[in-house]
Amino acid sequence: MLETITDVLFLKDHNTRVVVISVMLLGVSSGIIGAFLLLRKRSLMGDVLSHATLPGIGIAFILMTLMGFSGKWLPGLLLGAAISGIVGLLTMLAIRSTTRLRDDAAMGFVLSVFFGLGVAVLGMVQKMPGANAAGLESFIYGKTASMVFQDALLIGGVALVTSIVAILLKKEFTLICFDDGYASSQGWPVVLLDVVMLALVTAVTVIGLQAVGLILIIAFLIIPATAARFWTHRLDYMLLLSALIGALSGWLGAAFSGIFSNMPAGAIIVVVAASIFLISMFFGTARGVVPRLRDQARLKRRVGRQHLLRAAFEILEKQPGPITNVPVSRASLFAHRTWSPREFGRFMARAFAEDHLEPSAPDTVLLSESGFGEAARITRNHRLWELYLIRHADVAASHVDRDADMVEHILGAEIVRKLEQELGPEIGIPQSPHRI
Amino acid sequence: MPLISAHAKPVASAHLPEHPKDSPLSIHDLTVAYHRKPVIWDIDLNIPEGSLVGIVGPNGAGKSTLLKACLELIPKTSGLINVYGQPYQKQRHLVGYVPQRESVDWDFPISALDVVAMGTYRRLGWFKKVGKKERAKARKAMEQVGIGEYADRQISQLSGGQQQRVFLARALVQDAQLYFMDEPFAAVDAATEQAIVELLKDLRSQGKTCIVVHHDLATVSKYFDWLILLNMRVVAAGPTKEVFTRENLHKTYGGKLDLLDSASLALAQS
Repeated sequence: MLETITDVLFLKDHNTRVVVISVMLLGVSSGIIGAFLLLRKRSLMGDVLSHATLPGIGIAFILMTLMGFSGKWLPGLLLGAAISGIVGLLTMLAIRSTTRLRDDAAMGFVLSVFFGLGVAVLGMVQKMPGANAAGLESFIYGKTASMVFQDALLIGGVALVTSIVAILLKKEFTLICFDDGYASSQGWPVVLLDVVMLALVTAVTVIGLQAVGLILIIAFLIIPATAARFWTHRLDYMLLLSALIGALSGWLGAAFSGIFSNMPAGAIIVVVAASIFLISMFFGTARGVVPRLRDQARLKRRVGRQHLLRAAFEILEKQPGPITNVPVSRASLFAHRTWSPREFGRFMARAFAEDHLEPSAPDTVLLSESGFGEAARITRNHRLWELYLIRHADVAASHVDRDADMVEHILGAEIVRKLEQELGPEIGIPQSPHRI
Repeated sequence: MPLISAHAKPVASAHLPEHPKDSPLSIHDLTVAYHRKPVIWDIDLNIPEGSLVGIVGPNGAGKSTLLKACLELIPKTSGLINVYGQPYQKQRHLVGYVPQRESVDWDFPISALDVVAMGTYRRLGWFKKVGKKERAKARKAMEQVGIGEYADRQISQLSGGQQQRVFLARALVQDAQLYFMDEPFAAVDAATEQAIVELLKDLRSQGKTCIVVHHDLATVSKYFDWLILLNMRVVAAGPTKEVFTRENLHKTYGGKLDLLDSASLALAQS
């Protein structure tokens, strides 16, 4: 059993090798084209398109059977699927432009009506005398097991060609996805480019019918692209990642459905892609949930630390006499800003751990040497920034503290140096421009 | 209102057919309608070359519509628009466009430099990739509007003012003669406003023409030497000091010119 699994996964099995490779290519193609479809904000059009292919499959079967050929000749079926998919899209566009129905209503209408029609046609086909329609319904859920060598070649070939076309048109597609008004003002034929994009989507959808099935092909178009977006802000990497995720899902999906003959490839593909999506959503380096939360927590910690040290410095500054090596009471620190007892405790604990503060008497703490230096530096930066805001940005002195608070925590050394130049000879710690 | 000296240019609309060939933009009898409801009617304009032209008017006056009609982004119901004496399709290479900032999704996965480089796409043509030359050009334009250091940032990480300057840099890269700008001053910081003003003056000194949809009446006379007051039709058009009058503004804004605007207008004129 284990041996069969590795044989199939690593393409040692000749029967499945071509099938698996073609489904992987399909994944690459739908990953790339799906990314553009997503960026053009037309993902659901893919869903309308795929559902609208079903009547075409049934009708193509009937026509081919009536003409005396085998009704299951794949290129013929796919041509029928493409034609009825396009008719579905055009119907949707017609409904949208002639009535005041909104996009979602028009899409829902076309999607369900065409799918219903398709189911009805397939039902009729089953009753057709002399025709062997068994297996046609595999287009709904997808069945890689029914693919023969020629089918795989056709699917892989179309996937390859569509990928190449999409990559060649990357610049043009990016332009219309980002700013179609500008594109049009520059003389780019936006409508034509949209038609080409939808043609590519149609091609991918149609060749994906047999392997993935019409219900799930939309997942193959959308999920890799959305998952890739969590990892990068650059389109090139997004396209690459999306293609890779598509390929990986396609590989595992086709391979596993080769091993377990009852497992439709489409379902496995969606499960694999969705798992990658979930991982990306949480851990994606560009906009995943976990990195974002971590950054927020880090900033909060840094801000809290700076507030605590500055509070200590400002309390010492107000006292008469020497300001180094003088204990500060916990109560006055706590009262200096509005913070909850819990976060105050956390910041204190952290300051102790960093050796910036050390406990002296039970109710007081002492700034250590390093703590004092850090507190003086932080206070100075804060005041420099306040002065800058007042002198150069016309911010009222009464508002300056809050604004300075937001920005000073992210001031880099470079900006501090610029501030020092800007504000001239005040090398020491300037007086606070407002009452503390 | 000061008396206009004899040297002042005549109000252009009064001399319509005079030099339409030299005009960067001449419009005759333009009407644009959405769903049979006209948005702008009977627009006649002749913009003088090398001027900074402001378009002001209340919300829904058709300012953006006028711009989009000139750029053939929306079909016109009737009328004729010429750019340097020829239809727009033949003159695209002479025209730069700065759309409204809100018209695009700033969450798009693209860097500021790549957006600016879009200004070179037209010259590049089909299938060709952006190369070193185009990138250098884009970088230069970004430095010109003061955002050179943000070239590699993803566009959502820029402030509103910086995003606006990305759009301006993209138009600069086109190296056009006539620029259409849709509300470039909307919701930008003081530094960006200043950078845009400098840029406009710079373009004018090169003999280029800028047509700018504007909303802040207080700065109109400071920024623009030519003005179009629009409210579905052209209420007045001509040199700012001639047409920027209380009377024309009341005709344009009707009851919509509120107290605050009147006050800032009075301030601007004093």
